[in-house]
Amino acid sequence: MPIIKSIQELKSLREEIQNKRKKDFSERHPIEIKVAMATCGIASGAKPIFDFLIEELPKRNIAANVKQTGCMGYCYAEPTLEIRIPNQDPVVFGYVDLKKADEIIEKFIKKGELVDGIIPINYIVAN
Amino acid sequence: MNTHKKRNILICQGSTCHQVAKENLIDAFKSKLKEYQLDEDVKVVQSVCFNKCTVGPNIIIHPDNVEYSTVTSDDIDEIIMLHLLNDKIVERLVYNQVYENSGSDKKQYRIALRNCGFIDPEVIVDYIEKNGYAALGKCLTEYTPQQVIDEIKASGLRGRGGGGFSTGLKWEITSKSEADQKYVVCNADEGDPGAFMDRSVLEGDPHSVIEAMAICGYAIGATKGIVYIRAEYPLAIKRLQIALKQAKEYGLLGRDILGTGFEFDISIKYGAGAFVCGEETALIHSMEGLRGEPTLKPPFPSVSGYLGKPTNVNNVETFANIPAIINRGSKWFASIGTEKSKGTKVFALAGKVNNVGLVEVPMGTTLREVIYDIGGGIKDGKKFKAVQTGGPSGGCLTEKHLDLPIDFDTLMAAGSMMGSGGMIIMDEDDCMVSMARFYLEFTVEESCGKCAPCRIGNKRLHEMLIKICDDKGSEEDLMLLKNLSTVVKDTSLCGLGQTSPNPILSTMENFYDEYLAHVKDHKCPAGQCKSFQRYYISEQNCIGCMVCARNCPVNAISGEKKEVHIINQETCIKCGVCMEKCKFDAIYLN
Repeated sequence: MPIIKSIQELKSLREEIQNKRKKDFSERHPIEIKVAMATCGIASGAKPIFDFLIEELPKRNIAANVKQTGCMGYCYAEPTLEIRIPNQDPVVFGYVDLKKADEIIEKFIKKGELVDGIIPINYIVAN
Repeated sequence: MNTHKKRNILICQGSTCHQVAKENLIDAFKSKLKEYQLDEDVKVVQSVCFNKCTVGPNIIIHPDNVEYSTVTSDDIDEIIMLHLLNDKIVERLVYNQVYENSGSDKKQYRIALRNCGFIDPEVIVDYIEKNGYAALGKCLTEYTPQQVIDEIKASGLRGRGGGGFSTGLKWEITSKSEADQKYVVCNADEGDPGAFMDRSVLEGDPHSVIEAMAICGYAIGATKGIVYIRAEYPLAIKRLQIALKQAKEYGLLGRDILGTGFEFDISIKYGAGAFVCGEETALIHSMEGLRGEPTLKPPFPSVSGYLGKPTNVNNVETFANIPAIINRGSKWFASIGTEKSKGTKVFALAGKVNNVGLVEVPMGTTLREVIYDIGGGIKDGKKFKAVQTGGPSGGCLTEKHLDLPIDFDTLMAAGSMMGSGGMIIMDEDDCMVSMARFYLEFTVEESCGKCAPCRIGNKRLHEMLIKICDDKGSEEDLMLLKNLSTVVKDTSLCGLGQTSPNPILSTMENFYDEYLAHVKDHKCPAGQCKSFQRYYISEQNCIGCMVCARNCPVNAISGEKKEVHIINQETCIKCGVCMEKCKFDAIYLN
């Protein structure tokens, strides 16, 4: 990566990233999955779920961008996933285990059906 | 059958809603939907707590995003008829109608945690995408160092590590100290048991801290930053190292940042996890390789700190707020919160509360909203007793404080403190004397031993509390306890000793009856202190099966076969095995 030499370069890099993300989201992998993987999430078993998603989604022909994030704040319901599918608000699932992850892929991602264990988003983010 | 809009009904399965609901709403909805032949189109989904427990049971109609509160099975017909069949909202049940004093239905507002859970902390482009490093760029190109300081001062940001000192003022003092080298130190030595917000910020959004440290460096005229982090946080350290490496690769740290000629670099120092090293001067000594002992202030670190140079020490959460303040302006930040405490505060909810977790609320939110709405109420429907804020240095707050708007000053006035934001919630089963004993045990272990009041005083306080919990205390001890607490508080060298008696003083203030019960009536009202427990065998229920006697590890139970057994109170060690093993509920506690 070349060094960012000015504020204009930083700005254009940001725009480039944002555009690429939009393009990826509409063309390459329209589904985005975030797995909360701070120490607490990992301790509750988020890592096997992360690995399961990375491994299973291509096998089931689902183009998704799976990524790790920090703590979402729902410590009581770890492990947690946030899934964004096109034209919908992101949905957060709590108490996810491998069985639940499988159900989420088959029902929510493939058919758009909600499954048990949804966490309604309870905060506003300052951006 | 004509087709209806596909919908989901999300039903809150949080334990409070569950307890309030007289019937099983899931089954009730399912059978009603079948009756209306809607079960094909409308799905009932179990949901985790909505954080609106005061108005439960709650449901959400998805995807319309309409939220109904205080729903009972009598309301189902109306919801189906109006909403599901005719797309009309049942106004009387809408959340905002039910919950009168609410401005917004979302009580949490995330500033410090704005990126936690949204970006990949190990990928710098994720942070740049979310406007990352824009604040640093803005400071370097548009503001003079003094303007940055003025902006932070105007925002009203106060240190989130516990003291609540004005961050802008701290920066200004350090900037005015003349020296060839100054330092920016990030205090990531989160020692307060029950607090985990600093770890979460570093694990979820390390770049925001790096960016803020660089901004601080620019404002005060420092070129070196150091993160002092406890070695007990391996994942936070790993992610911080990755973030630092990436920031250097992108030229956002190092020489000539963004072509402005500004130079700033950050290194990491590991702490061994001593509580006292959260105190600035002790932290600096620890960084210098000396014993982690505090020294008397002044001189303040802002004048003479790390290696004798002016040093600005701020906490992780404080830093995490800085980029947002620069990007959105001090006016925006100052518009949130209370008169003297601006912005938001992250709290780590722990203890006997349903939704344990990390929450960020505007200053001035009441304890009730935090515990009952966001926290989902007390576990197992028990009664709220107290909440310990500020960790071992804080105090406990009780039911009468529930409607207190939380900020630095109100907590201080109520005899507690903000601290780093740990909130440990206790229910009716928790003994307050025992709680104070627990915290004193912690401070005794963590005292550095430099000054006598803290080293010896806390030890004696701890011994007195053990004595009271062991049923050996007298009323005289209570007097002594109070007096010594005041002495330790007044004469200790640093913040650790000056605040360590707080758990005793605040529990004595709020729960004096409980102390009296221990020494006068020889009872522990909460039933937690083992020394006061007596196990007895009920004459009615005991059938003389001898199971308890066989399992008692100290042979304290005697009795013939098929005759009522007796526990010898002298030998009994109160382990509770007999009670566990008895199949006839014949053993009871007084």
